[in-house]
Amino acid sequence: MSEHLSAEVVIIGGGLMACSAALALRRMNRSVLLLEQGWCGAQASGVNYGGVRRQGRPPIQLPLAQRSHAIWQRLPELIGSNCEYTISGHLKLARNEEEMASLEDYRAQAEEFGLQLELLGRAALRQRYPWLGDKVAGGSLCAGDGHANPRLVAAAFALAAKRHGAIIHEGTTVETASFDGKQFTVRASNGLEVTAKFLLNCAGAWGAAFAEQFGEHVPEYPIYPNMWVTEAMPKLVEPNVGIVGGGFYARQVARGNFVLGGGRGTGQLAIGSTRPTSASMFASMKMAYEFIPALQNALVIRSWTGVEGALPDHQPVLGPSATTPGLFHAFGFSGAGFQLAPAVGEVLAELVVDQATATPIQAFSIARFSAHNRGS
Amino acid sequence: MSEMLNEPRIVIVGAGPAGVRAAEVLVAAGLRPVVVDENQRAGGQIYRQPPAGFVRSKKQLYGSESAKADALHHTFDRLRSAIDYLPETLVWNCDGQQLDLLRRGQQQSLPYSHLILCTGAIDRVLPFPGWLLPGVYTLGAAQVALKAQGCVIGSRMVLVGTGPLLYLLAYQYAKAGARIAAVLDTSSFSGKLRAAPDLLKQPLTFAKGLYFLAWLRCHGVRIVEGVQKIAVSGEQKVEAITWHKNGRAETLECDAVASGFGLRSETQLADLAACAFEFNQLNQQWLPQRDGAGRSSVKGVYLAGDGSGIAGADAAELAGKRAALALLEDLGQSVDLRETRRLDRALHSIQGFRRGLERAFPAPVEWARECADEEIICRCEEITAGELRHSVKQAGTVEINRLKALTRVGMGRCQGRVCSAAAAEILACSTGKSLAQVGRLRGQPPVKPFPVAVGVVQNSVANSEREIA
Repeated sequence: MSEHLSAEVVIIGGGLMACSAALALRRMNRSVLLLEQGWCGAQASGVNYGGVRRQGRPPIQLPLAQRSHAIWQRLPELIGSNCEYTISGHLKLARNEEEMASLEDYRAQAEEFGLQLELLGRAALRQRYPWLGDKVAGGSLCAGDGHANPRLVAAAFALAAKRHGAIIHEGTTVETASFDGKQFTVRASNGLEVTAKFLLNCAGAWGAAFAEQFGEHVPEYPIYPNMWVTEAMPKLVEPNVGIVGGGFYARQVARGNFVLGGGRGTGQLAIGSTRPTSASMFASMKMAYEFIPALQNALVIRSWTGVEGALPDHQPVLGPSATTPGLFHAFGFSGAGFQLAPAVGEVLAELVVDQATATPIQAFSIARFSAHNRGS
Repeated sequence: MSEMLNEPRIVIVGAGPAGVRAAEVLVAAGLRPVVVDENQRAGGQIYRQPPAGFVRSKKQLYGSESAKADALHHTFDRLRSAIDYLPETLVWNCDGQQLDLLRRGQQQSLPYSHLILCTGAIDRVLPFPGWLLPGVYTLGAAQVALKAQGCVIGSRMVLVGTGPLLYLLAYQYAKAGARIAAVLDTSSFSGKLRAAPDLLKQPLTFAKGLYFLAWLRCHGVRIVEGVQKIAVSGEQKVEAITWHKNGRAETLECDAVASGFGLRSETQLADLAACAFEFNQLNQQWLPQRDGAGRSSVKGVYLAGDGSGIAGADAAELAGKRAALALLEDLGQSVDLRETRRLDRALHSIQGFRRGLERAFPAPVEWARECADEEIICRCEEITAGELRHSVKQAGTVEINRLKALTRVGMGRCQGRVCSAAAAEILACSTGKSLAQVGRLRGQPPVKPFPVAVGVVQNSVANSEREIA
């Protein structure tokens, strides 16, 4: 059975990048058709840790992150729900003077992009956060950062896009995408064929496979961040907590559960093939316990992982194709895309509509891998 | 891995009827399996043994089933020196090559080459008004209280629901001297009559069922069949139960209620072991695929007993043996073909009986439609039927894992072991789809909650290996 549809823009992928782009395009009155192999936001977008932070991002990401931060404040008007978004602050911990020095350096860099960070020494930190363990040497607080519920965000963006008129096909696995010089043709395994003037590759861990179909080689590889959650505990920890070097991350949600992560699970690049590993859970557990000793009374009720696309330089591919006019990429966010997604959607919409965006994204160009490209 | 190929490391999970009989067959073939069990003593749920030192006799504990209980316990006692036995041990994860164990407050890893999963069953819980009041138990929990602790759950109790366990438990409680105010059966007498031809495929078991019923009636226990709209009420705890029959409401004072609507297989470990699942119409549940002998879709993983489809204790003993024989066949050992054929025939006959039981004791079909919006379905996360229905209406949810992601149903301490059956019924009813179509809740480790304190101090794999060996 085959069905033919056309739209101005076709989007491969139904993650948060794709759904936010679909919404932004609809708000600019462009017809949008989105194809998702599973359910919208059920992969990395839906099962990630849920950190909404700017602190710790490389400075080249900060303009995009700042733009996104402004959109996060408007979630209720934009998508009809705040998705448990909480401005809790993000606290990055240091274990020694050397790590503390790195936080100081970072503060100076972040300030240039308008991101204010507060450095706290050991005594001040423990006074403000009495739940902290005694191994901490200091920390850096970004008061405006926070966290949100990833299970809800992408689904809410998808619903909002749909309400605004985007056509969304879930359970539709795209097999081939091609460009004939005028338009794109995308074929899915269920017989659906879509033609469009513009194509957005928002396929996450599968993004490189679609870039390849347009002669663009990207050394993307899948990662499987390992996470776990405790039963609900008395409210104790307000900020979203991380550590220099990234051994663990932790947040306590309104209901009282601690959501934690660190290390990697395993999987194949297929839906449903991912699994958390006990070793990663234990490693992050040991570390988290040193800084949040109250965790020793907690029970873990679930652990999980999901598949995410990563790149060797930990920067995403975001921007126009280097080979094909009308093709734009947004994938490979390397485990740090959740906060960026609302701005990425707007940037993609601007690229489609205006062929340009005011937000600096040159550092994420797919062309940076052309040195690695195989001969055509 | 290579040394495992030379010497199989066989792990049996569960020391109920299936696990014990599987171990017996393997030991007879000269192998030394590891038997891991969550309970203090072998016997599983059906032949659960009280802690050492309790004085009730087997006859008192198991009634007409005491000879079978006795035989199973004796078999296990004989096997003790020929197996590695890990009681009071929770298997909380399986990664396809090794099990993670929580044993005496410590984390251990147990690699395996072959796995026989005999994980048993849990009550099918269908919420009704008042089901969260103190004093409401599942039938299974009420049975644990009686067998393991010698306790009754109340001084004036009502048993409600459907399935053979309802009458068995009433009989066991009454024999123990408990006062049973009523047995309320949501299935009807006429349904049982229609099921009689299939039930007669196991005439002895059928006769035993009739015997329980007759015994209860003889001893003045009130039995009401075809009840609807159960509701338990009380201020701080259970005080009364109300039901409808033929359109008329009746209320009875009581101080405890045991309820259950059939059994569901505990399939979490098969899921984590990556076994393929299929929807089983008879059990109205997604079950791990297995061949007639108990082989799962994963090489080296076998399934036996109620953990892979409800068939009862007698079938579990046969299936445990059969799975162990399949394992021996797969190891290239010769097995007695007459014995495997005998087991296959016996298991086949029990399946017919099982079809009859489902017809005699169907889960209440109207439940999902009648369940009120304010009823809590997921007690861990306090998610109501109304919230589930709202997700269907507002977000177009049609699949159970999606429902979990959007509403938190099944995301709490029980990870859906208790609530997923009811949640799937509500989802199927609200979407007009079948239980098969709404899908299967995908499991994640740990199977049961795992203490952070244990993870923080866990020993290396090498240490735990030595201790078990």
